[in-house]
Amino acid sequence: MKIKTKYHGEIDVKEDGVLNFEQGIPGFAVEKKFVLLPLPENDLFHILQSVSTPQLGFVVTDPFLFTKEFDFELDQGSVDTLGFTDEKNVKVLTILTMKETLHDSTANLQAPIVINLANNKAKQVILNDSNYQTKHLLFAQPEQAGKE
Amino acid sequence: MLVLTRKTGEAIQIGEDIEISVVSVKGDQVKLGINAPKNFEIHRKEIYLTIQEENADASKGIDNLFNILPKKQ
Repeated sequence: MKIKTKYHGEIDVKEDGVLNFEQGIPGFAVEKKFVLLPLPENDLFHILQSVSTPQLGFVVTDPFLFTKEFDFELDQGSVDTLGFTDEKNVKVLTILTMKETLHDSTANLQAPIVINLANNKAKQVILNDSNYQTKHLLFAQPEQAGKE
Repeated sequence: MLVLTRKTGEAIQIGEDIEISVVSVKGDQVKLGINAPKNFEIHRKEIYLTIQEENADASKGIDNLFNILPKKQ
């Protein structure tokens, strides 16, 4: 199917690549279908693009790339909602809030995106009792940012 | 909005499935116990609002996105 996107223009996406957020995501409760789009010449980041709203796209990345010790326990409700039967199907992403430089950009580690690769169900999980912040700076050391 | 007065150890029932009880009261802090089906999302309000705001913030476009993101070497 063809969709209009925020960063990629109009593109063709496969139905079986659509992620189903049954509850939407906080602040965007009606947005229930997203696709993960790769960025040109960049496999570190993806765009989590709404299928129905062209201008809604989030920059996402693997939180473990910059926070090696990131861990959390998925609550049983989320495990059930997402229908997990095998932990090897778990994919975790974090939404980035982009600023003018990567050094100032932050990751929302308090509300990771959890995807079940087996059925494409997904959810933004809010960690109630966590040490992780919604504005976690990507880089502790400025010289790492944007290094080519 | 319905306003009810409860004492420590007392509870309120919402529908068939949800029970909220007052576990303890200390000064201006109230500890609540909540029994609800697992598919109900329960969050501290301010945390939920923070996540909503962060999502709104993150959804804003940035013009030179592709230049900001580092490429894999």
